[in-house]
Amino acid sequence: MPIAGGTNLLDLMKLQVEIPEQLLDINRLGMTGIDDTADGGLRIGALATNTATANHARVRNDYPILSRAILAGATQQLRNKATTGGNLCQRTRCYYFTNIDQPCNKRDPGSGCGAIDGIARLHAVLGTSDQCIATYPGDMAVAMSALDARVEIATPGDGSRSVPVRDFHCLPGDAPWRDNVLEAGEIITGVTLPPPIGGKQLYRKVRERSSYAFALVSVAAIIDLEEGLFTRADLAFGGLAHKPWHDPRLSELLVGQKPSAALFDQAADLLLDSAQGYGENDFKIPLARRTLAAVLSEATGFGI
Amino acid sequence: MTDHITVNGSSHDLPGDPRVSLLDFLRQDLGLTGTKKGCDHGQCGACTVIVNGMRINSCLTLAAMHDGDSVTTIEGLGTPDAPSDLQKAFVAHDGYQCGYCTPGQICAATAMLEEIASGWPSDASEELSGDMSATPEEIRERMSGNLCRCGAYANIVAAIRDVAGTQQP
Repeated sequence: MPIAGGTNLLDLMKLQVEIPEQLLDINRLGMTGIDDTADGGLRIGALATNTATANHARVRNDYPILSRAILAGATQQLRNKATTGGNLCQRTRCYYFTNIDQPCNKRDPGSGCGAIDGIARLHAVLGTSDQCIATYPGDMAVAMSALDARVEIATPGDGSRSVPVRDFHCLPGDAPWRDNVLEAGEIITGVTLPPPIGGKQLYRKVRERSSYAFALVSVAAIIDLEEGLFTRADLAFGGLAHKPWHDPRLSELLVGQKPSAALFDQAADLLLDSAQGYGENDFKIPLARRTLAAVLSEATGFGI
Repeated sequence: MTDHITVNGSSHDLPGDPRVSLLDFLRQDLGLTGTKKGCDHGQCGACTVIVNGMRINSCLTLAAMHDGDSVTTIEGLGTPDAPSDLQKAFVAHDGYQCGYCTPGQICAATAMLEEIASGWPSDASEELSGDMSATPEEIRERMSGNLCRCGAYANIVAAIRDVAGTQQP
């Protein structure tokens, strides 16, 4: 198993959740560059750290939502080590996954899901299955989903493929042990961002502490208005699902419309139309509604 | 590959066992017990050291991964006879009670002040670019990776502000 920053993998090894026989330190493979692409976008190497990415002049200037999302996560010590590839692959913080004495279909297929009728405060309300209600905990990937970035992957035999971030992470379904679409022998080489689109870029993270805490709900929004009507509303959500949640129906609804409290409510209705709470996380449903409204309000200047 | 690591200016062989964390290597193999094991899971910051100029949690990295790297621990920042400005400020402002988190706090704060001087933004920064300053809000955000169970935070922030203030151009 490869190790890069090690800030998730070593933690899980100490918990005996991950028990690799061998570790391959990939830190000297290069892949740290953050470079312009031919179409004016940006390619972030898989081994570029969270810190290097958030601080990069092109990211701060052209993709501020990405800087903001990265800076909202973890701590400086962790961001200094965490890599782009590793951050995409980070595993859930579900208490049943991280405790080997608990039932977990992700860690131990067939053993059951302790969260579904258990302690589920951090857990998902969208895209769940009866086998797993875990959430993907990261912030960076939520911004990358809003930006419609692509994950570049090297495949066995010197090949490569490119997957939209929006399709990189899986929903649990019947195979909750799968976090993402990487196959055996594949490795992330980088993430490409499309050319900058400007707009008002916001990342709002709601959490129980003002720092160093995972999102209960987060909203990544790239918003543009022209003559008082939405021309762009690219949205992604953290804390709600097994992956950064992107629902294309939201921008279909919003683009061309005039901002209003009623419209923001309609967007929330769409976002949450299949939402299911599991008791302790029921609060995430109205919280997601209110956070979305607050973000759309801040982005458009329209009070709610 | 060099098979050695530099700690506080001295070169040392890497441990034979690749499973040894950098934290355990510093404390057990090198006897540098200033760096503390608070949680061993990257959640408390007591193990913070500076590697190649960057502050990291030494519990969440393996010594073997730092072949050829340069590590500074609290012992390398100052001594009782020649304490660093931050060490002096922590004493002057009573920035500790039990002292267990303190080495990590000082290593983190040392690096943090350089990050601010380099213009790194934080979650607390109004703007992502431009000059950054060590306001109380910025200090609290940037130091959020260092917990203090004794609750000496107010004095920790005061000590850091003291040093940051004297560093302002």
